[in-house]
Amino acid sequence: MDAQKYLNEIKGRFPGTADAALERIKDGVPALLCPAPFLFEIVKYLKAEGFNYLMDLCATDYRDSLEVIYHFCALETNVKLTVKVRLDREKPELASITPLYPGADWQEREAFDLLGINFPGHPDLKNLLLPCGWEGHPLRKDYSRKPDQYD
Amino acid sequence: MNISYGLENIWTWLITLIDRLFCRAGLPYIFAYTLEKIIFGVALLVFISISVLFLIWLERKVSAHMQSRLGPMHVGGWHGWAQTIADMVKLLFKEDIIPAKADKWVHRIAPIVVFVPSLMAFLVIPFEKNLIGQDLNAGILLIFAFSSLAVLAIIMGGWASNNKYTLLGGIRSAAQMVSYEIPLVLSVLSVIMLVGSLKLNDIVEAQQGWHWFAFTQPLAFMLYIIAATAEVNRTPFDLPEAESEIVSGYNTEYSGLKYGFFMLSEFTNMLIVALVAATVFMGGWQGPKWLPLPGIIWLLLKTYLIVFVLMWFRWTFPRLRVDRLMDFGWKVLIPLAFVNIFLTGLFMVVFK
Amino acid sequence: MTENTLKDKDGFETMYLNMGPQHPSTHGVLRLGLVLDGEVIIKAEPDIGYLHRGMEKLAESRTYQANIAMSDRFDYVTSMNNNFVTALAVEKLLGVEIPKRAQYLRILMAELNRVVNHILFFGFFAMDLGATTALIFGFREREEALELFESVCGARLTYNYFRVGGVSRDLPAGFIEKAGNFVKMMRSRLKDYDDLVTGNVIFQDRSVGIGRISKEDVLAYSLSGPVMRASGIKYDIRKDDTYSVYREFDFEVPVRENGDCFDRYMMRMLELREALKIIEQVLIKLEPGEILAKVPKIIKPPAGEAYVRTESPKGELALYLVSDGTANPYRLHLRAPSFINLQILQKILTGVKVADVIAILGSIDITLGEVDR
Repeated sequence: MDAQKYLNEIKGRFPGTADAALERIKDGVPALLCPAPFLFEIVKYLKAEGFNYLMDLCATDYRDSLEVIYHFCALETNVKLTVKVRLDREKPELASITPLYPGADWQEREAFDLLGINFPGHPDLKNLLLPCGWEGHPLRKDYSRKPDQYD
Repeated sequence: MNISYGLENIWTWLITLIDRLFCRAGLPYIFAYTLEKIIFGVALLVFISISVLFLIWLERKVSAHMQSRLGPMHVGGWHGWAQTIADMVKLLFKEDIIPAKADKWVHRIAPIVVFVPSLMAFLVIPFEKNLIGQDLNAGILLIFAFSSLAVLAIIMGGWASNNKYTLLGGIRSAAQMVSYEIPLVLSVLSVIMLVGSLKLNDIVEAQQGWHWFAFTQPLAFMLYIIAATAEVNRTPFDLPEAESEIVSGYNTEYSGLKYGFFMLSEFTNMLIVALVAATVFMGGWQGPKWLPLPGIIWLLLKTYLIVFVLMWFRWTFPRLRVDRLMDFGWKVLIPLAFVNIFLTGLFMVVFK
Repeated sequence: MTENTLKDKDGFETMYLNMGPQHPSTHGVLRLGLVLDGEVIIKAEPDIGYLHRGMEKLAESRTYQANIAMSDRFDYVTSMNNNFVTALAVEKLLGVEIPKRAQYLRILMAELNRVVNHILFFGFFAMDLGATTALIFGFREREEALELFESVCGARLTYNYFRVGGVSRDLPAGFIEKAGNFVKMMRSRLKDYDDLVTGNVIFQDRSVGIGRISKEDVLAYSLSGPVMRASGIKYDIRKDDTYSVYREFDFEVPVRENGDCFDRYMMRMLELREALKIIEQVLIKLEPGEILAKVPKIIKPPAGEAYVRTESPKGELALYLVSDGTANPYRLHLRAPSFINLQILQKILTGVKVADVIAILGSIDITLGEVDR
């Protein structure tokens, strides 16, 4: 696996990074579990190393924590790499990578909208899919809708 | 050319009859004259409304067959001939909505202002030699003068609706119609130079025996058709009502009969430019000698040929962009029109 | 509503034009907030969410098979491709082997749907530029393709044809012949398309050089599919990160260099031809056999996660699926190509005319069902 090289490099450079539970990702794409404060630097490093394409950015609620998953790809060599970040559920904050990958803009806004993750550094963090002033974050597992006039 | 058949015989017979009756009754000629003009006007109105209804139906059938569809097939029995009548009745019954913040009076007047000038232009068109509302000395000038009034109504409608799309449509139409009127008039100017008269009957008679100006002035004819398409806001120059860009342009906020007036005037204008093209460039009411049909039939045949070409354009071409439209008008059409005038003048000086 | 405080370059007031969500050509319920100086756009801000149905949340309360049915509604123009990615993701978690015939049928349907999508793109793009006849032409051919789908799975838009482990039904009698005729007919109709639209001077005037997207922007904004390849990046997941049995088929990945509206249009027209090529090859290669692998009645994949990428007609359609071992997915996230491709609008709409907005939006080819999910 080519991407393993980058993983080892990153692990050497940024103490505290560890492999994510590798067995959970099928298809053998290596995953990196990175501490939230290092994310921006690691992504910057990855971009410089040729991971020029952000395939996907999404977040999941694991009840005890929130997880943000970045799927990167280097189009020339077709090497793929997954970066995962665990966040505190009460006050989830993660540096925005929109300055590096403008394509992350709406995806971060979506995560902000649906899971309530705050991305400091994002140029315009506001509701995307939900109407203005919506309370709660629907994709969180403990979300319960307030009864409205139709209930 | 003396034509002893045609609708004009009935018309002259009717005029003579009215004249005599009024003379017998001892009334002054002015009354007879007024009555004749009223009868002619009413007949013209009936003709125009029927033609427009027919044109709308034709447009739908032509477009349908070009797109391998059938178009209206049910209303009225034969190929849906009554479809437009049904549509008009529907428009009559629709609620007339005036937007709350609209300039109400301007909003109300605009459909009238758009319709009346397009009717006025019919007055000077010779359907046959004597079948004409008024054979004015400045006939063709009058047509262009009235057809340029339509832009006023479109701006009125666009402005008064207090909607951004209608405003954009109105502004587009102002720019477009002002700039395409110039090549329109210039293209006809070369014909007028050759004929030496602004009277439409003179222009028709100058084309006796297949000397159509469409053949002797092909460039002018092409310029006229292009500029006329733009003048009546049809694709590829339908920017004022570009559906995919500004919803429906200047008539977005109109409903019911007022919208119907805008639609009718669009087709009336198309009829006028086609009539003028048939009259000025295609020999008007004159037909071949071996086929003695009434002149009005020949005129309408030629007119509908032009109308068909305009419809053909509409269902084939995409739409131009506003700046390219202006470029085309000012940088291509107008210089070409001037070149044409220059060549015509040169020809006249050299050969006469 | 955004307060309009922007001034134009001479310091005069600008106009805020609210294009959509009800507008004839925003392809659904997209809203574009445009700040205009006359007809020139100073600032454009796309606003989405008017069709948000919370499908990612809905997915968590549905079984895996029900999720395939729901995936039809993501991008309702390319339902087969959505079925494909969902089925692939579940199968990757389960680790099942798919019978050969089912693989071929899947590719056949996915490519047919690509043809349908590109025909629709042709119609709508020409319509956006004002050529109405092209739309009807497109719908005429689409009808034939929909009838093929209907004969296979009984539905014309939401097919629900794929199953975990294969497909739901085998081909009806005479399908191969009909599909072969369709391919032949499509080839001749493509000539009509080129005559009517591609070579038209006004069409080229409206699309060449409009809405140019550079290579760098494609990468930065994660654009994918025909939009990416129109800008000169030759990357097709079917070739470069292949899935299913695409490597058995011989097809080209067309590339254009300029990245303008015309190239994006041409990309679709070229891809349409390649898709027809694949369909023809599938029809030859099809052999009788199983169409459904042995899978349990109630699908409970082992806990884990999978990220599956496919090449949908709109771009990279990927599914991130997390299972916790129960019958419902724990998390389902769709990487919707329309959603991500749409972001570029903010950048390239500045400085163009109102008419170009429609052309550029049309050339990116979005479906709001997929953008909002």
